[in-house]
Amino acid sequence: MIGKLPRWTRSPRPYLLLLGFAIFLAAWHLTTSVLEVPIFRKIPPPAVVLREWFNPEPFFGVSVYTSLYYSHIAYSVYRAYTAFALAVLLGVPLGILIGWNRTFHEYTFPLVETFRPIPPLSWVPLAILMLPGTEPPVIFVTFIAAFFATVLNTLLGVQSIDRSYFRAAQCLGFTRRDTLFHVVIPGAMPHVFTGLQIAMGLSWVALVAGEMIAGKRGLGYMIYDAYSMVQIPTIIMGMLTLGFLGFFSSALVRYLGRKLMAWRSY
Amino acid sequence: MFRVIFSTALWRGVGGIAIFVALWEAASLLKLPFLRFVPAPHLLFASVLETIQTTAYWTAVLISAKRVMIGYVIGVALGVPLGLAFGVSRVFKNVFFPVFETLRPIPPLAWVPLSILLWPTMEQTVISVIFLGSFFTVVINVLGGVETVDIRYVRAALSMGASRWQVFWRVVVPATSPSIFIGMAIAMGLTWEIVVAAEMVSSIGSGQTGLGAMMWQAYVGGVIPLIITAMVSIGLAGLLFSALIWQIGGFATRWRRLV
Amino acid sequence: MSLHGGLRIKEVGKVYDPEGIHVVALQEISLDISPGEFCVVVGPSGCGKTTLLNIIAGFDTLTSGEIVMDGSTLTAPGKRLSPGADRMVVFQHGALFPWKTVLWNVTCGPVLQGRLPRAQAEAQARHLLARTGLSGIEGQYPGELSSGMRRRVELVRALMNDPKVLLLDEPFRALDALTRSVMHEHLLQLYDLARKTVFFITHDLEEAIFLADRVVVMTTRPGRVKKVIEVDLPRPRDHRILTSARYGELEEEALEAIHEEALKAFETGERELA
Repeated sequence: MIGKLPRWTRSPRPYLLLLGFAIFLAAWHLTTSVLEVPIFRKIPPPAVVLREWFNPEPFFGVSVYTSLYYSHIAYSVYRAYTAFALAVLLGVPLGILIGWNRTFHEYTFPLVETFRPIPPLSWVPLAILMLPGTEPPVIFVTFIAAFFATVLNTLLGVQSIDRSYFRAAQCLGFTRRDTLFHVVIPGAMPHVFTGLQIAMGLSWVALVAGEMIAGKRGLGYMIYDAYSMVQIPTIIMGMLTLGFLGFFSSALVRYLGRKLMAWRSY
Repeated sequence: MFRVIFSTALWRGVGGIAIFVALWEAASLLKLPFLRFVPAPHLLFASVLETIQTTAYWTAVLISAKRVMIGYVIGVALGVPLGLAFGVSRVFKNVFFPVFETLRPIPPLAWVPLSILLWPTMEQTVISVIFLGSFFTVVINVLGGVETVDIRYVRAALSMGASRWQVFWRVVVPATSPSIFIGMAIAMGLTWEIVVAAEMVSSIGSGQTGLGAMMWQAYVGGVIPLIITAMVSIGLAGLLFSALIWQIGGFATRWRRLV
Repeated sequence: MSLHGGLRIKEVGKVYDPEGIHVVALQEISLDISPGEFCVVVGPSGCGKTTLLNIIAGFDTLTSGEIVMDGSTLTAPGKRLSPGADRMVVFQHGALFPWKTVLWNVTCGPVLQGRLPRAQAEAQARHLLARTGLSGIEGQYPGELSSGMRRRVELVRALMNDPKVLLLDEPFRALDALTRSVMHEHLLQLYDLARKTVFFITHDLEEAIFLADRVVVMTTRPGRVKKVIEVDLPRPRDHRILTSARYGELEEEALEAIHEEALKAFETGERELA
């Protein structure tokens, strides 16, 4: 019976992991309920947060049992993933073009580099002014964050392809089109996916900011709203939900990457 | 030098930007709805020149810069040792890294409300959020650096009779230093983004107006050229500061180019 | 016996000028290679042998002189040469596309150029792979194969394109000595099948003599031909020939020439250009 358990459970790793979380929770609990350290005075203990989170009739209106919670999550996820998809659709081709074609690189890269340092979040006021409605500005700001990271990593991916592959392609009589599809794109994929993971993380960061400032639903908004009404357990719920969603999203991208690059596991 | 001035790459780059500005100017003149509120380049340029001559502007820059530096320095000071600890001790990593990784994806902005409740002053709130941003980035980069140290260097040192401490200080730390500096440069760029957000959110009643707060006030007041000036300034500041870190890092790891 | 792929390298010179430092990689080097000949160029690191190969392949240009193939000018100053299937290259560190299967790698040349329909190309590929003892791996990725197998696949890929000249850039350098000696025998088997003109560069003298019809010893930078040694060992050859008397004589002759150049290169600390 023991032999059937995954090997993973017999190593010390999962137990140490639990120990780490236990220490964290214990410290949280200690500083808020037991010792009542003044600086953490306003932070609720873990017990309170958990109680609220799993409360069928939450005091502050949001818990695992309320549809409002899921509505916030749905909005955030929709925005984050839409912006991410746009960033990939526009950013990867652009990155490939800049990385591969010298002339195009010389014309466009300086322009890209001029805009890239502008923090995505600082686009918020301008986005609100330029784009109609409430959703587009938030998605735009999120898109900006993911877009530049994607372009940069894709471009690096193309540039990191060993010269020998291009030379081999020349010997083999590949046309430009052949080289693009059979050398450039597959060759850049590893870097592209690293970039996509980063872009996904950045999307969430930008999204929250956008939601806090301009959104009307979503987790960022939920946190800000809870803050303005001093509903602290809800703030923490929002934060932890965001953490989980962000982590899960990056893992999803990583997983997709592994599937698409089956040749890499060797 | 001659070759630089006349290189095709440079002219093409300038050309690309020029084409962009020209299109913008044209779109402004045509009064495209999209750009209804965005000023034409020549108007913007005039406004920028005006703004950079005011003391208010430079005061805002200094305020933001101060916050960035404090949060950043603390983030690096705590981040580098933690990254090294994670990299060197497997047990330590197995215990605390999962907690770290759970907290890391939480966007810095999401920490703001909590920080406001935690810290007595707004200034400390902003700095603590900046700290978090740089801290997580530095730890991850340093950890990555330690994990990619070629084990042969460690073995070479051990076989020459080095103690564990000596191996750490004389081999691991120097070998990780490129990653440390890369992490620091990335974190620096990140902190400027965070300072904007943090200032925007907390600009109500913070007393001291940094660039982010200035931008928000410009938005509220409808002074659009100022918004753009602030945006670009923040971008430039981030660029300059991280370029500085790159240079310092490059100098401190001079040995790299020779290998 | 191949009637194609005869190369005449006529006083070829190559000068690099990176950042104002005038570097003469090749200086009026001349060499005639007959069709179907297995020609091996040996020389110390930095002597220019890779540069010469790159010029023939079309990855680099020459600054003076001329290269003629089968009577018509291949490249000269001002005449750009593109790489092509007629001068297939096998690269030092291998250039099999890791993201494609073995079969795709081997058949992509003829299929993408439209010279062979896919089915026929695949059949031919399987046949050739079987001849080198590599059946059954067609569906695998290069990353799954051992380095020796990868080199063999790359050789098959090169041959599938029916080149006039086969350019081999220190192809076995990254292999361990034991695998290398087995690869030599494999290579010669393939060579005996197809009898293409081969231009092989290496720094390993034993490899050179074992494989070649003629061994060309190059000087250190600037590169010129120092000595040409006719290897009259009978074909087909196997590893036992390495202990024969004639081999010993040839090695002695070549060693004198090359050792002198190796010393010079060592003292000046030349770094490889390409």
